[in-house]
Amino acid sequence: MEKKESVFKPFINGLISENPTFVLMLGMCPTLAVTTSAINGLGMGLTTTVVLALSNVIISALRKVIPDRVRIPAFIVIIASFVTIVGQFLEAYLPALNSALGMFIPLIVVNCIILGRAEAFASKNGMFASLMDGLGMGLGFTVALTLIGCVREILGSFSVFGYSFREPLESAGMAPIAIFVMAPGAFFVLAALNALMSVIRDKQIKAGKQSKIKAGCGSDCASCGDDGCVHQFYDEKAGEKE
Amino acid sequence: MSTISELLIIAIGSALVSNVVLSQFYGLCPFLGVSKQLKTAGGMGVAVIFVITLASLVSALIYGFLLKPFGLEYLKTIVFILVIAALVQFVEMFLKKNIPSLYRSLGVYLPLITTNCAVLGTALTNVQEEYNLLYAVVNGFATAAGFAISICILAGIREKMRYNNVPKAFQGMPIVLVTAGLMAIAFCGFSGLL
Repeated sequence: MEKKESVFKPFINGLISENPTFVLMLGMCPTLAVTTSAINGLGMGLTTTVVLALSNVIISALRKVIPDRVRIPAFIVIIASFVTIVGQFLEAYLPALNSALGMFIPLIVVNCIILGRAEAFASKNGMFASLMDGLGMGLGFTVALTLIGCVREILGSFSVFGYSFREPLESAGMAPIAIFVMAPGAFFVLAALNALMSVIRDKQIKAGKQSKIKAGCGSDCASCGDDGCVHQFYDEKAGEKE
Repeated sequence: MSTISELLIIAIGSALVSNVVLSQFYGLCPFLGVSKQLKTAGGMGVAVIFVITLASLVSALIYGFLLKPFGLEYLKTIVFILVIAALVQFVEMFLKKNIPSLYRSLGVYLPLITTNCAVLGTALTNVQEEYNLLYAVVNGFATAAGFAISICILAGIREKMRYNNVPKAFQGMPIVLVTAGLMAIAFCGFSGLL
């Protein structure tokens, strides 16, 4: 770790090469729930970024003070405090966004990305690197949420960021595919993105470029799916190893 | 009489019409992760029913008798997540000591439930809707039952799907997400029920 690295490396890492949504598949609940429009996705992403960056800094600063055995509850309290502060701020200054995101603002506490980064990065690295990691991961999440929001908004209500282009298309005889702004559409968009990712990953494996990504999973099961701790916890204990 | 019909409406509403996973998107992680086999999905479902019902009861008590009288409503997120984490730990210890047979079937699922956002989400919904103690517990139970129903259906479909010829790009998670999407369409049909 003595090698001199660019301070922006964790930032780029979070934004592109370990993008939390597209590569690590973390934090799926808010990803699906709030992306009915691009602006909601952007708002949720930025809110999460603020909480992630601040909690990363504080956890990094306290990493030598917090005893190892109680670190998870300690992290949760720190994260919950920032979520409460940010929630109060949104309620006071951005009430429209606050009511659009609704329950998913307090639920940032249990977002796997934040606890995962606290465990995997902030508890092992310095404050500035942790800040950069938090900002990178958070902005990666924001970009992903905004993209998914754009896709769903364009297909589902013929508008993007609130700018509607509904009339010209409807006069041409096309109707918006309303299912994309409803709950099932979220699953379909994510399935398509996921399939795209697996095609890209296959190509990388064929080119011999595949590198094992080590993510602090924070007991997030969707990210590993078939080959993670799920096996270890359930299938073997049930005595049904395949 | 009207209380019973109101409770019934709340129960059907949270279990079927606005299903916790398929239309609210709470608790997606275990829904996708622990639905490979019907048996494990059933275990997870029962454990979630157990924890959410208890957590609804305890959080409603704490909110009504502790936070509200002292004007500390803004602390609810912090307090609820700590209460849920402590409750899960406590339930685990209690079952281990007193009901070992139940512990053997539910024990492995309990630690994973702390980070299930359905638990915190239900506790916060109860507060937001200003349910009283009875309504909160019924709503918690019904929400969790909705989770159990949908995870069992998905697990049943996935067991059959193992024998299907899925396109290569869609193998693994994508086909599960498509299945969940189709289930969500089916659950949209319940919206005419109330």
